[in-house]
This record gives sequence, structure tokens and C-alpha cells, in this order.
Amino acid sequence: MHPIISALKHHKTVVILVVLEIALTCAIVSNGIFIIGNHLATMRMQTGVADNELVWAESSGIGDASTSASQASRAAADLAALRGMPGVKSAVITNSLPLSSTGSWGTCIARKAGGADAESVCTVVIYAGTAGVVNTLGIRLSQGRDFLPQEYQDYDPFQGERAPPPSVIITRSLAQKMWPGEDPLGKPIFLGDKNSGVTHVVGVTDHLLNPSINKQSGADLNMLLPVTLATGNMYVLRTQPGVRDATLRNLPKVLDGVDEQRIITENHSYSDTVSDYFHDDRALIWLLLVVIGSLLALTALGVIGLSSFWVQQRTHQIGIRRAIGATRGDILRYFQTENFLIVSAGIVLGLGLAVVLNLLLMKQYELPRLPLTYLPIAAIVLWLLGQLAVLGPALRAAAVPPVVATRSV
Amino acid sequence: MFGYYFDLALRSLKRNPVLTALMVLAIGLGIGASMTMVTVLHVMSGDPLPGRSGQLYYPQLDPLPLKYQQSAYGPDPRLNFTWPDAMALVAAHRAERQAAMAGGALLVRPARTGLRPFYVDGRYATADFFAMFGVPFLRGQGWSAAEDDGRARVVVLGDTLSRKLFGTSDSVGRMVRFGDADLRVIGVTADWHPQPMFYADASSKAFGEADQFFLPLATAMDLKFDANSNQSSWASIEGDIMKSPNLTWLQVWVQLKDPAQIAAYRQFLSDYSAQQKALGRFERPPSHARLYGLMDWLGRQNLVSADVRLQLWLALGFLLVCMTNIVALLLAKFLRRSGEVSVRRALGARRRDIFLQFGIESAVIGLAGGVLGLGIAQLGLWSVRHRPDDYAHLAQMDFSMLVGTFVLAVVASVLAGLLPAWRACRVAPALQLKTL
Repeated sequence: MHPIISALKHHKTVVILVVLEIALTCAIVSNGIFIIGNHLATMRMQTGVADNELVWAESSGIGDASTSASQASRAAADLAALRGMPGVKSAVITNSLPLSSTGSWGTCIARKAGGADAESVCTVVIYAGTAGVVNTLGIRLSQGRDFLPQEYQDYDPFQGERAPPPSVIITRSLAQKMWPGEDPLGKPIFLGDKNSGVTHVVGVTDHLLNPSINKQSGADLNMLLPVTLATGNMYVLRTQPGVRDATLRNLPKVLDGVDEQRIITENHSYSDTVSDYFHDDRALIWLLLVVIGSLLALTALGVIGLSSFWVQQRTHQIGIRRAIGATRGDILRYFQTENFLIVSAGIVLGLGLAVVLNLLLMKQYELPRLPLTYLPIAAIVLWLLGQLAVLGPALRAAAVPPVVATRSV
Repeated sequence: MFGYYFDLALRSLKRNPVLTALMVLAIGLGIGASMTMVTVLHVMSGDPLPGRSGQLYYPQLDPLPLKYQQSAYGPDPRLNFTWPDAMALVAAHRAERQAAMAGGALLVRPARTGLRPFYVDGRYATADFFAMFGVPFLRGQGWSAAEDDGRARVVVLGDTLSRKLFGTSDSVGRMVRFGDADLRVIGVTADWHPQPMFYADASSKAFGEADQFFLPLATAMDLKFDANSNQSSWASIEGDIMKSPNLTWLQVWVQLKDPAQIAAYRQFLSDYSAQQKALGRFERPPSHARLYGLMDWLGRQNLVSADVRLQLWLALGFLLVCMTNIVALLLAKFLRRSGEVSVRRALGARRRDIFLQFGIESAVIGLAGGVLGLGIAQLGLWSVRHRPDDYAHLAQMDFSMLVGTFVLAVVASVLAGLLPAWRACRVAPALQLKTL
């Protein structure tokens, strides 16, 4: 070990530069992998609905000053037509869907009537759906029951004067936040103007994502109310597997068949909606992968270039060492150890840099703290990369015949 | 001398093609990635109205109550104006030109058969809008202040909408049905699309679609057309919601020609606030009234998303690693030629000659890296254009960015070559010559 270090002292500048390069690579790669992991974790979250069987559409009527009654009858006619389409199992109207990016504003709900601030939970998203909403969306209840037919009522969560429906289904996250450690079934929830309206929890689901995932509401702080007509007017269809795309194509014609005085503003398969929602995440992951790949390749090529140069420069010395008894293995190990030392120094510095970079990112982009488990991963990757890169030049060095020593330069 | 060193550099680079290719690749990748993101940033923070933006200002008043708590997530109500304030500022005529405006999306019902009704984005504004922003007209003209007051049923169409509805740019005098109202076309503008759309409020997409119609603000209010800007209120509202003094939703822009006018307008805003405070409407001090220049205003809107900034830093970090790599490789390469340097020194070359020789060699690598980087940046911009973001279509390299790519590449490589060249010219000739 000692001779290697003293040899390196003769190339201080070059060694420092390589160490710096490895340190920077280490810092960027470990944070990059961490960011990718974060985004992948979000993308893998279950939406809580039947992703591959849903089709949804929105239409807005033109003209006639619409009363609540005319809206209801038009919605009923539309739903009847949609349910009549071949392969459609059921159809409902909701105000929003998980990851649809619409209607994601949050409200405050309370544990007690007219509750003080301490008694309420805010930024809760309210879903509302018409009869059959739980089965149509494919929401799985882990506790309690589905809504009963008589529980669907004429209610608009954003016009708080009317009494809410008697029952509500909430997510596990909301239950934990409202009544930590208690059984949520049958518990009252107060909402509306001055929290005057009351509804009771009849069911709990483990998974139902919000319309969009953000810092305010988190991923799944929401509740579902049974209504007869939902603002937002999203028609959601559950289809049999295989007819989804055909349903999507025919849907505008079917709606136009009921009433032509309308504009169909949205018409998508739900899996496309989810995929659109994560488009930015995918783009960022690809970008990071390309950058990480290029960085690693560049570092490896840099190490190869430098080791080859050193091998050439030391050909004479290698010859002398071989001549006085060093085996090929000794020469090989010399270069491998040298590389290991340099890369290790880079990694030590790089881990420090990685933590600093992460602190910067935490401050600027509100990223979570880098878990320490990511650091050994980056270290091992770089060690392996360094050893692989040095192998070629080191083998060439080991192949230098002892006779070189006897040649004059 | 320069030609000779250039020749030497080419020979030296040819002698070691793998190492040369590696260095060119490194600088090309670094430059390509950086220039892609710098270009995106450049187009996102560009001047929407070159030549005019220096005279455009956005005033700001503070009608909020003293105890108002700004939510961390919601928009700041002060970014927009209430109807009474906007109308007072326009009516005061204290600036060269001034206009109040708001965006709206309206249902258009074409008279032509075979064309279904559709929604289109446009703007409700007061008369000075066109002259102040320099909107180019193809036919006809905008409306007058008198037509503003008379709530005239008139509209100005964008060229695209005019062609879509009537098949021609010359639709002046024709009638268009917006919502439930028939409006007479009095002018057609060339498609006018400043990027970013600085005059729209913060809730709309800054790099989104162009406005396709313009109609008098008073007419829109009369017809109860909806505005699609942020509407923030802080107190209960009685009567006509949109005309309430407690709801902000309008934007006001003014044109000011010289520092004297600017100072006078600042004073006017302060006086207006003081007067409103005396009337008991405003609670906060008149010093809260502000006046922002257009570019300053845009700078405050944070149009460049956190994602784009993160990607820029990533690209620059990448360039830094590339440069470290090149410094190490150049250092190794130059020091290996100590013998050659010593011979040249012994034959009379000065240190600065050696320095220049190696400097030129680094610059040649930079130039080659610049060409590669340009290609990679074009590839990067092509991939940016295929993103669904609203700014994506803007990601084009202009001439200044093209030149910038080469400058950055050469500067980066010469910087990278500085230390190696300096080390090479410090080589002691005697020591090296002895071992030869």
C-alpha cells in the first residue's frame, strides 16, 4: 500500500482531479437515483379504482337556462343511453376521479358540531357519486358497507346550505387523522356552513387517491358522498375487458344521440388519464437515467484514459519490477489497488457532497431527506465501475515483459 | 504562428484518436445538455413585446383588510384589481395609455353549416388595449372609448378565428354569435401571441393559446360573460358580484413614456390609495401601492417552473463533471509531452509560446465539442418539444443561442486547458532533456 501512495504523490494534480470527478459523479448519481425512487414510488401507488375497465367523459349542454330538474332528467337520459351500450357493466356520474386533476380543492370537516379549529381536519377532498358509484369505480371496502339505495340524495358539497346525505365512505388515511386508533364506523362527520350538517361513516377503503397528489391534501385524504347529481358531471363507465376502446370510440355518438345540443369536452379511457397524470414524472425519470448513464460512462472512460496513460508512462518501471521478481498478478493488483484508493477517496468526498446537494434540493424543491441506504448503493456502483474501467489497462500493464527493463529508453 | 500551432494541435490530436474522441464526446455531451436547458430558460424568460415592454407598467393596489391572512397555497388577491379600482384607474387617464382587461372563454356558434359550436379563448378589455400593446390589425380597427361607455355589441377577431368562421380574414361587418349574443365584427387582428402572455392573470397558462377574440369589457359585463381569471374576495359581497369592491379579478396595464411620467404615476397611485383610505375603503397604508415594469413583473411571477430549474442545474452539474474529466485527460496528455516541450524550450520557445500552443489545442477540442454539442442540443430540444408542457413549442434555438453554444464550448475547453497548459509550460527543460 505504501509504495502506491507515494507513487500517487507524484501525480497530485491529476489524482485530485479524478477524485473530484468521482466525487461529483457520486453526489449527482446518489441524488438522481433517490429522485427516481421517489417518483417511482408515487407512480406505483394504487389509484383504488378499476384502472383498466373505466372510461369517462364530460359534456356541457348549450343554451337553455338549466334548472336542477332539467339537469337531472338530462343526466338520467344520458346514463340510460350509456348503460345500454354493449359491454358496459354500469355507468354513474361523479364530480371527479383519482388523478384526473379536476375538482381537487379541499374542505374542512369536523368531529363535533360547530367544532373549534382543533376539532376539524382541513384540505379533505370530497368525492360525490350517483347510485352504484362504489361498484362502478371498483372501490374496495376494507370495513363497513356500500351505500344503500335510499342514501343517495340531492346534495352539492359546494353549496353548504342543504343537509348532507346520511352516510359517507372515507379512506383509511382520513379515518386515522380524524380518530387515531379508534374504529371509525358509525362516527359522525360535520361539514357544510359552520359545520352544521352531519353524516355518518358507513365504510372505509384502504386505497382511493385524490384527484391530484399535492402537499396540501397529501395522496389520499378524501371521502365519498352518495348523491343523485354530481357537480362536475363526469360520466364514468365500467366496461367489460376488451370492449373498452370500442366504448370510448362510440361514446360521443351515443351522447349526441340523446341530445345533439352539447359539446363533449372530455372523453378518455381512465388508464390514459393516469398515464397523462404521470407524464412529467416519466419524463424526469428518463432524463435522470440518461444523465446518470452518461455520467457513469464518462467517468469510466476518464479512468480508462488516465490508467492507459499511466501504464504507458510506467512501462519501463513495470519492466524493472518484473525483472526483479514481481509476478503478473502483482502488477495487476498494483493498478487495481491504486484505482481502489482513488475511487475510495472520491466516494468519501462524494458522500459528503451528496448530503450537501440533498440539503440544497430539500431547501429549493422540498425533496425529502436522502435516506442513508442510498449512499452505499452509489459507492458500490462506483467501486465496481472503477475496477471494470481499470481492468483493461491493468491487464496490459501485467503483460509488459521483464525484458523491457534491459532496453535503454 | 497561429496556423503553425493549429497544425501542431491537429497532429497531436490525430496521434491519439481515442483520447481525442473521448474529450470531444465529453465536452459535446456537457455542452449539449447545458445548452438544451439554457435555451428552454432563455425562451421562457424572453421579452414578450420587444421594443414596447420598456414602456409598459403594472400598477398594484392593496385593498385588503389589515387582518387578512395570506394562505400559503392560494393566489395573492392583490395581483388583480377590483372593478371600482380598475375603472377609476382607467377613467383617471393619468398615463399615456391605460387599459383594464380580463380573460374569458366563450361558446361560439358558427352560422356556417357543418361546423359545431366550440369554445374559444379571448379577452374583455377597454379601448386602449390595442394601441398600448401594438396589436397589429389586418382589417378594420378596435373600438373607441365612447363604444366602451356605450357597451357596444362589437368584437375584434383573431385571424385564425375569422378564417374558421367565415373562411376569410375580411369579416368586418359580419355578425358572430357568442354565447347568446350577436356581436358585429369591427376588426380582424393578425394572430398576435406574445410569449409569455404577460397581460393574462397568473391562473392562466403563461405560454398557452393565443387570444382569438377581443370585446369591450363593459359589453362583456353587460352580457354577463364569465371571466376565467382568479377571483379572490375577502369580505361578504352584496349585489353584483363582479362589480363588488371586495373581489379582485381584473388586470390593469399602463403605458408610461419617461421617468417623469413614472414618478407622477407612482404619486397618483399613492394619492388614490390615500383617498380610498380616507373614504374608509382601504385599511392599509398608501405606501403599499406599487408600480412594476413589465419584465420586473414577469420576474416576480415565477414563470420558470421548479422542474425546469432543477433540470438546468442538473445539466450544469453534468457539464462540471465533463470539464473535470477533460482537465484530467488534458493534464495527462500535456505532461506526457514534457520531452517535446523541453526540446522546444531548449530551442528558444518561451513559456508563453508553449502555453499558447496548448491553449490552441484545447480550443480545437472545444470547437469540435461545440459542433457535437450543437447536434446534441438540437436532439434535446426536439425531445423538449414533444413534452406536453405549455412552453414546449417554444423550445427553438435562435441565432444568439447558436453562437452561445460555440462560445460556451470554446470557453469551457480553454478553461479546462488552462491548468494543464500552465503545468506543461512550467516543465524544467534541463531535467527532461537529461532523460531523453
